[in-house]
Amino acid sequence: MKRATLVLDDGTRYEGYSFGHDSSVSGEVVFNTAMTGYPESLTDPSYAGQIMTLTYPLAGNYGVPPRQETPDGLQRFTESDRIHAAGLIVCDYSEKYSHWNADRSLADWLREENIPAITGIDTRALTKHLREKGVVSGRILVEDTPEPAAANYAEINFVEKVSPDSVTRFNEGKGLKKVVLVDCGAKYNIIRCLADRGVEVIRVPWDYDFNTLDFDALFLSNGPGNPETCAATVENIRKFISNPDERRPLMGICLGHQLLAKAAGASIYKLKYGHRSHNQPARLDNDTRCFVTSQNHGYAVDADTLPANWKQWFHNMNDGSNEGIIHTSRPWRSVQFHPEACGGPVDTEFLFDNFINDVKNA
Amino acid sequence: MTDNKIRKVLVLGSGALKIGEAGEFDYSGSQALKALREEGIETVLINPNIATVQTSEGVADHIYFLPVTPFFVEKVIAKERPDGILLAFGGQTALNCGVDLYHDGVFDKYGVKVLGTPVQSIIDTEDREIFVEKLNEIDVKTIDSEACENIDEALAAADRLGYPVILRAAYALGGLGSGFCDDADQLRRLAEKAFAFSPQVLVEKSLKGWKEIEYEVVRDRFDNCITVCNMENFDPLGIHTGESIVVAPSQTLTNSEYHKLRELSIRIARHIGIVGECNVQFALCPDSEDYRVIEVNARLSRSSALASKATGYPLAFVAAKLALGNGLFDIKNSVTKDTTAFFEPALDYVVCKIPRWDLGKFRGVNRELESSMKSVGEVMAIGRTFEEAIQKGLRMIGQGMHGFVDNKELTVDDVDHALRAPTDKRIFVIEKAFDQGYDIDRIHELTKIDKWFLHKLKKIHDTDRELHRHNGLEELPEALLRRAKREGFSDFQIARAIGLEKDLEMEAASSAVREHRKKLGILPVVKQIDTLAGEFPAQTNYLYLTYGGETHDIDYERDGKSVVVLGSGAYRIGSSVEFDWCGVQALNTIRKEGWHSVMINYNPETVSTDYDICDRLYFDELSYERVLDILDLETPHGVVVSTGGQIPNNLALRLDACGVPLLGTSAKSIDNAEDREKFSAMLGRIGVDQPEWSALTSMEDIDKFVEKVGFPVLVRPSYVLSGAAMNVCTSPDQLERFLTMAANVSKKHPVVVSQFLENAKEVEMDAVAQNGEIIAYAISEHVEYAGVHSGDATIQFPPQKLYVETARRIKKISKQIARELNISGPFNIQYLARENDIKVIECNLRASRSFPFVSKVLKTNFIEMATRIMLGLPVERPDKSVFDLDYVGVKASQFSFQRLQKADPKLGVDMVSTGEVGCLGEDSRRALLTSMLSVGLRVPEKNILLSTGNGKSKGDMLRAARLLRDNGFNIYATCGTSRHLAENGIENTCVYWPDQEGTPQVLDLLHNHDIDLVVNIPRNNTDAELTNGYRVRRTAIDLNIPLITNARLASAFIYAFLDVNPDEIEIKSWEEF
Repeated sequence: MKRATLVLDDGTRYEGYSFGHDSSVSGEVVFNTAMTGYPESLTDPSYAGQIMTLTYPLAGNYGVPPRQETPDGLQRFTESDRIHAAGLIVCDYSEKYSHWNADRSLADWLREENIPAITGIDTRALTKHLREKGVVSGRILVEDTPEPAAANYAEINFVEKVSPDSVTRFNEGKGLKKVVLVDCGAKYNIIRCLADRGVEVIRVPWDYDFNTLDFDALFLSNGPGNPETCAATVENIRKFISNPDERRPLMGICLGHQLLAKAAGASIYKLKYGHRSHNQPARLDNDTRCFVTSQNHGYAVDADTLPANWKQWFHNMNDGSNEGIIHTSRPWRSVQFHPEACGGPVDTEFLFDNFINDVKNA
Repeated sequence: MTDNKIRKVLVLGSGALKIGEAGEFDYSGSQALKALREEGIETVLINPNIATVQTSEGVADHIYFLPVTPFFVEKVIAKERPDGILLAFGGQTALNCGVDLYHDGVFDKYGVKVLGTPVQSIIDTEDREIFVEKLNEIDVKTIDSEACENIDEALAAADRLGYPVILRAAYALGGLGSGFCDDADQLRRLAEKAFAFSPQVLVEKSLKGWKEIEYEVVRDRFDNCITVCNMENFDPLGIHTGESIVVAPSQTLTNSEYHKLRELSIRIARHIGIVGECNVQFALCPDSEDYRVIEVNARLSRSSALASKATGYPLAFVAAKLALGNGLFDIKNSVTKDTTAFFEPALDYVVCKIPRWDLGKFRGVNRELESSMKSVGEVMAIGRTFEEAIQKGLRMIGQGMHGFVDNKELTVDDVDHALRAPTDKRIFVIEKAFDQGYDIDRIHELTKIDKWFLHKLKKIHDTDRELHRHNGLEELPEALLRRAKREGFSDFQIARAIGLEKDLEMEAASSAVREHRKKLGILPVVKQIDTLAGEFPAQTNYLYLTYGGETHDIDYERDGKSVVVLGSGAYRIGSSVEFDWCGVQALNTIRKEGWHSVMINYNPETVSTDYDICDRLYFDELSYERVLDILDLETPHGVVVSTGGQIPNNLALRLDACGVPLLGTSAKSIDNAEDREKFSAMLGRIGVDQPEWSALTSMEDIDKFVEKVGFPVLVRPSYVLSGAAMNVCTSPDQLERFLTMAANVSKKHPVVVSQFLENAKEVEMDAVAQNGEIIAYAISEHVEYAGVHSGDATIQFPPQKLYVETARRIKKISKQIARELNISGPFNIQYLARENDIKVIECNLRASRSFPFVSKVLKTNFIEMATRIMLGLPVERPDKSVFDLDYVGVKASQFSFQRLQKADPKLGVDMVSTGEVGCLGEDSRRALLTSMLSVGLRVPEKNILLSTGNGKSKGDMLRAARLLRDNGFNIYATCGTSRHLAENGIENTCVYWPDQEGTPQVLDLLHNHDIDLVVNIPRNNTDAELTNGYRVRRTAIDLNIPLITNARLASAFIYAFLDVNPDEIEIKSWEEF
């Protein structure tokens, strides 16, 4: 294995070995505390531009599932058709894997997709560093490979890079209700969760003006990067919700949640080190019901800035940050967490049921 | 949010430690009591286990040392009138007792509310048929099984399901009475045993080879539900989870599998209606996502204790809070003290639990691991690689292993067979297989262990091979040394692998590796367990050491104010919860006196490894290497080695030699007491007698020695706790057989042979001294004569039948020894007394097993006093009146023979009990009866079987037999005993041994459950006795019939129950004595 170094922009260095593609890369260094689900995380488009640190020290244990396309053109076992994270940082890469549904190792896959990865890192020390200093940019430097260009995470429109270029329809022609999915980097499981519930999904690019289409409900997906770079989407949402006669259901997830909040007039801020894990506690406001949620976000909605016709729906029980908003009179709501899971707990998948009920009963 | 009407709560403990139900329930009960106290609730605890932390002053408000049986619990309820009761914190014992009381309407009668999971939910999980129905209602798959109420039904069910099947007893803990059956014969044998414990058995289709996965689920009354931890068994289904190496979190599960099982766990907990905690066990197909639910435990369990320690999430504490009506959102995460308890811990380390067996102590026991539990303890190892965790764990087990590799050669006749039919040596057989060139696929085929685990083990093996290619430290590449340390190699293993053993003693060789790597800066780092993988700062110091990192998580004050207490390691026969109590008392005292208290221990079943019991907890090895690693960082004021049993005691000399400040008695004095030669010389010098002994290195010398002292003699190797491989030999034949079988006599391995005194009393002196002056002491007396290990003996305190002169002499000798060894701290001396002739058997300059017992009976905390002395603080000599008690304490032993298939359930010089109780009474008969009932004996109703051994014990039993007859009991006696009784005018029915013709046959009587109590005194070790007596004893155990094998104890028990009706035992709490 080649030697590799992780260098943070504040000068901190961690020495390890390259186990992915032997090349160097730069990106925003974030940590994820989930203990399983590296194939799901790596293919989550929301990680575009980020170098992912796994706090769970062992990685690669169960290898990587085969590439397998379902009839609707989606990958069966991953959240998109490729790895979106810019790089991977682990403590102890497991060279040997074992699982009935694996056909290659994590290292093989990373190499196939040209993604550098580093093992042998004190990921706990790194995580504590990021917790205290906040997320920073950094570089994985693999020996004898060219230096990468510096990353400027907040300035880049990653949504543009991961969003599809054209409109795709799922469950088309079956006479089902139509849900427009604004794909800012949607995880496949959002499409699966919608399509499996018997609606037609019209997937549109991030800046597509869906208001021109014929549809029954609107769904705003997750996605990477700084929500400020998605002005076009915000504008389209604003058009939708500012129509006083608009009654069609709307739901947003993660970046979709932030974009909806922005469209409604609330402001967004960057969290010090984000929420990236499978164990974030979210509680319904003014209620005893709590949910363990899967999350991956670096920005959050400032609920204090919500206009009068919107209110906070869920909040994070650890740091009090906003986890969801709901309209006081329309069937519109969004959540910061990922009810579609993959990876992570499926406790809030019922939100899809509620949404689809609204759609079908509308 | 809590129920304000609940002001007083009764908690049921689990009684004596036994296989399948051990220290974990002291931990969960202590946590529950802490939670109750925090809510301002008055607490009542019933637990006869006097050595536990939960039965200490200040943990519960009222403590009853009484059996956890419906009979006694109802009496306590009638007296205390609690508002609520907790059933989930005392294992299966408390749960079963609670279900019985519920059925009897006791809770309704006294208006006691069952807090937490409702009893009906418990019943739903325990009754297989209801359970399956319940799970069917929510589309959750269970293993095809049929509930059967007799053997014929079981056989028919097995035919329908197809062999192999697994048989399980309902309402049984730790898989008691369960096992695999390949055919009808095996099923019939097992079913008979199972029906002895349980009215119902389950015959189910075997899923041998599937993965076994567990989830710990927490639910509050608002229906909020989380899974705190999942765990994966290293061994596939077929081996009881208590017998398996277990890792947390799961290693080989994908996200989809993990969350599928998690969702099922939550669905189940909700549907059953858990309020508090439960454990769900799954079988997961290794080739698909197919699964089955194996079982649900609607209570705190061994797994939940492990999960608490593995994650830092205090399950029992939270469960108790939830039982009181709190929501999870009301409770704080007790590690961060800031975030909520409604979350699922994220681990950034891997945890490995390994069971500890003591099968070597049992004659005849079946060593194969099965679906019922045999291990007596466990360890938990934490690392940042699997290799590190497993190698640490294998050392922690404390059976002479140094890790996965570089152990002493293991002889395996048939590796294939040994891989297929695992025993307690299973993991070392895998190493052997690697050595012999088996590949991963072959080993997987034979063991069904997931290849991921095997690959990891192979990696350790390969690194070891690579180390072996280098000769000496100079040749050893630094990178390889670093890698080896990351993979959990100890300095010892590295020293051995690179051949340092050739020129150096191993201790020196290991130290050389240590010095070398320190020079290279290869040092472990300290990491915190914080429940959130670094996402939030931890406010507690729950720590481990690892080579998988570069920086320490904590800063050290280095103010010389920390005091380190070395814990007692894995529970095992001879060292268990009593030393945990000692350690916790030492920590409490250290903290109270304003020092930083620091604990090193690795036993997940203990209270001492609870991170809020001390200022810093190192959940790590108690090896010389690791303890020094920690002391280098701590630079403590001092180290306490005298409260953790033999493990820290054995480290004293080496630690002292490298300048570690030991508190209390000096290492030199410890050595003078441990080293037989030195100790004898000292006794000679001060004119104190001891049984004649000699350390001998040849058969010739042994014969010469025996000629001088005469038979019987006691034969044993030196420097061991609770006399492993110790034996009494009564004839030259026996002596030779034992020595050729159990020990090899050589210059390097001398055998200690000592004169064995028959019919002598054994007396214990537990004391605390300061600078050689005894400050407090307790003299207690064994009920049995010498020859029964002191850990198995029944002990009464204060002594009831000791000559005043004997006691005086013992006091005097103890004073002399204390002065001579200049003892400062706890110590224990064992004496033999015949008439007033006193001999010293042994002396330990550390707390002994009986410290909690005598401390609690005397209501004087010996460890607190000893710790104060070690800290150099003034202590007051207790007032003389303290020693003048008007009540008696009796400590009785708990045996776990039921779980140890085929083991001969008799007592000897080697310890075999797994736990103990201590009960108080106004007189010795009341105390003895209560304690015997606490360890599972029952007062017989009608029929008693006597076979009373040799002439001496026959005589001893005569009076008891006559009294039984006079009180209307029917006596059945084996031939010799029958004749002897008849000659003495005691009417009885003669029964026949298995190898005799005639009826009634003794075994038939047992199988028909005609006998209520068996008294079988082993006569000698002749083959006929071994066969006949063994079969009677074993059958009694297998059929759950009370058995006593000692004449003096049997007599004492008989006198007690004839004299005292359990109904007359006054229900008094500890403070009322």
